[in-house]
Amino acid sequence: MTKNIMIVGVGGQGTLLTSRILGGIMLDAGYDVKLSEVHGMAQRGGSVVTFVRYGEKVAEPIVEEGQADVLIAFEKLEALRYAHFLKKDGVLVVNEQKIEPITVVTGACEYPEGIVEGLEKDHTVYKIDAMEEAKKLGNSKVFNIIVLGIAARHMDFSKEAWLTVIEKTVPPKTVEINKKAFLTGYEG
Amino acid sequence: MLGNEAIARGAYEAGVKVSAAYPGTPSTEISENIALYDEIYAEWSPNEKVATEVAIGACISGVRAMASMKHVGVNVASDPLYTISYGGVNGGLVLVAADDPGLYSSQNEQDTRCVARAAMVPVLEPSDSQEAKDFVKFGYELSEKYDTPVIVRTTTRLAHSQGTVTLEERIEPEDKPYERNSGKFVMMPGNAIGRHVYVEQRLKAMTEDGSGFAINQAEYKDTSIGFITSGIPYQYVKEACPNASVLKLGMVHPLPRKLIEEFASKVEKLYIFEELEPVIEEQVKSWGIQAVGKEIFTVQGEYSANMIREKILNEKVCVKEAAKVPARPPILCPGCPHRSVYTVLKKLGIHAAGDIGCYTLGAVPPLNVIDTTICMGASISTLHGMEKAKGKEYIKHWVAVIGDSTFMHTGVNSLMNMVYNQATGTVIILDNSTTGMTGHQDHAATGKTLKGETVPAINIYQLCKAMGIEHVVEVDAFDIQKVEEIVKEEVARDAVSVIIAKSPCVLLKGNVFPYKCKPVEDACKKCGMCLKPGCPALTKKPDGTIAIDDTMCNGCGLCEQLCKLGAIERVKA
Repeated sequence: MTKNIMIVGVGGQGTLLTSRILGGIMLDAGYDVKLSEVHGMAQRGGSVVTFVRYGEKVAEPIVEEGQADVLIAFEKLEALRYAHFLKKDGVLVVNEQKIEPITVVTGACEYPEGIVEGLEKDHTVYKIDAMEEAKKLGNSKVFNIIVLGIAARHMDFSKEAWLTVIEKTVPPKTVEINKKAFLTGYEG
Repeated sequence: MLGNEAIARGAYEAGVKVSAAYPGTPSTEISENIALYDEIYAEWSPNEKVATEVAIGACISGVRAMASMKHVGVNVASDPLYTISYGGVNGGLVLVAADDPGLYSSQNEQDTRCVARAAMVPVLEPSDSQEAKDFVKFGYELSEKYDTPVIVRTTTRLAHSQGTVTLEERIEPEDKPYERNSGKFVMMPGNAIGRHVYVEQRLKAMTEDGSGFAINQAEYKDTSIGFITSGIPYQYVKEACPNASVLKLGMVHPLPRKLIEEFASKVEKLYIFEELEPVIEEQVKSWGIQAVGKEIFTVQGEYSANMIREKILNEKVCVKEAAKVPARPPILCPGCPHRSVYTVLKKLGIHAAGDIGCYTLGAVPPLNVIDTTICMGASISTLHGMEKAKGKEYIKHWVAVIGDSTFMHTGVNSLMNMVYNQATGTVIILDNSTTGMTGHQDHAATGKTLKGETVPAINIYQLCKAMGIEHVVEVDAFDIQKVEEIVKEEVARDAVSVIIAKSPCVLLKGNVFPYKCKPVEDACKKCGMCLKPGCPALTKKPDGTIAIDDTMCNGCGLCEQLCKLGAIERVKA
């Protein structure tokens, strides 16, 4: 049975690195894996989405509406934008950060209130202020790996396997801080 | 492996010796990965026409060569492409063209297969990373066997998806001996007439032989429903209808007619499932075969498995409606030098004829400075056309804006035209020392090659001067007072002028940011001046005063310059 993971966020939040860690762990476990990412113009502070699918044999590289087992959202508004991709029993992991899109900054739209509370009515939601946690670790950039740590609780890979793939994937100088960040999310 | 990485690997394994390209999403990573192989000479050329000609030269000399580009790059390269189709090859020649259904990063949704049909060049279309590698290798075999350039067509979804790939060793084909053959490679009328006959025979032979190619495969299962498909759409068919019969075409031009007729005769209901134009469908229907295609599937955007579930299987797939949320379009980065120049243009009420790059984002709120964007290099020539139509007074409220890489691509020709035809317009070259939007590739004016060598950089200032332009001014893009002064002076001038607004792209590796901008306590009068350029690091707090996000701010100082109340200060980071 193919499993479908989505990572959504704002361009520059590290969705590509996170998806590579995910892809890596699935390959190490012997699954067929397909990833689909966004490059180029859309990355410039825009809404970005990355799909990761794994199973015995994966055909299409994207996750479609109503099919995601796990939705990892690095920003609240993006969680709401893509929530309809979740399966009925899908899990949403959301970083409670608010990044105003330009349409809100210019006053053309309003940033919705009570996003996470609304999503909790329909979905199983795990929320965290990962930016705050990352600052406590001394590096705000690793907030995405903390979020990944929480999502990892809902996937069938061992802690050791996660730490191994993180070591292989992130820049050598940042291995320790990324492992710490992962465990912050994973062990709660 | 990313689809693009797999294409690079295919080139390596096929023994390619020369690769040339101009960056363009979604094709850029092909060259970036080819450059990692010591065995292949790889370069960024100034544009796709040059890149294709470089590959043609290498091919004529007897080695396997590749040129890669995005779909609109094929337009720039079409001049050599149409004619080398007549000439054919010596060493194998593969062009990779990356289409962009869904317009993730492009100005149109054109279908390269249409160009290939017109140019009478065969097209292979892989459906995953493994095939991307394999089809490139097969492309070289076809190219040499049938004496033809071959196009490998990809789409964004293939180029930027990753899948597993089995690696093989590189083969080192012997260089083909070079012998002068003007009948083949000097395409003047007398020679081209004969080659056109050959091209027609070649297509007939490939149409015939194509039915036996392993890349064209009929999978017979439940024959009550059959699909003819190719590329990424094949994966959507397998996802939605794993038990249907499928004819998967690896070669989408010319079509293997015998195989298609046989497949059509064995299935009850035939669907043709292809993104963008009905290229397969129109040909198949012209043979009198009944099929359903664009009657139910759109010519726009990307396809999906859900489309099949909804349109053919009549399944309702959405559990929930999408929430209505504010759009989050891409924006210029905090610290982007383009924002600074646009802030000045906006203040002066100047319209800009724009071009292709990150700076196209000057067309959207809150900047709203750019009025036109057509294609690479068009900013300068459209400004010129406006002047010739409406006179020199009319364009005193206009400028052309173009990036350094786009200027080197095709902008330079347009500037020559302005000089030659006595224009008086003002061109602003937004020189951020890189090809920004595609992820920082070097070009002739950066002083670095694709392989990382340091080389003499073409000096844009001197280049403009050499054209005989008297008024060429360089200015720091972040010095808004100076930029304003110069723009006012140059647009008023009755002569062509070039303003080179310099400052490196904020995302360039090795940049250091010595400053941060910070609000000064109790000094803000809530006027909102600093918010006007739309820097994402600045937000309004509930009380109306300003907050600056420390993690996003690069200390460019634009907001500090705009605040007349001293309520923002630039401090050492």
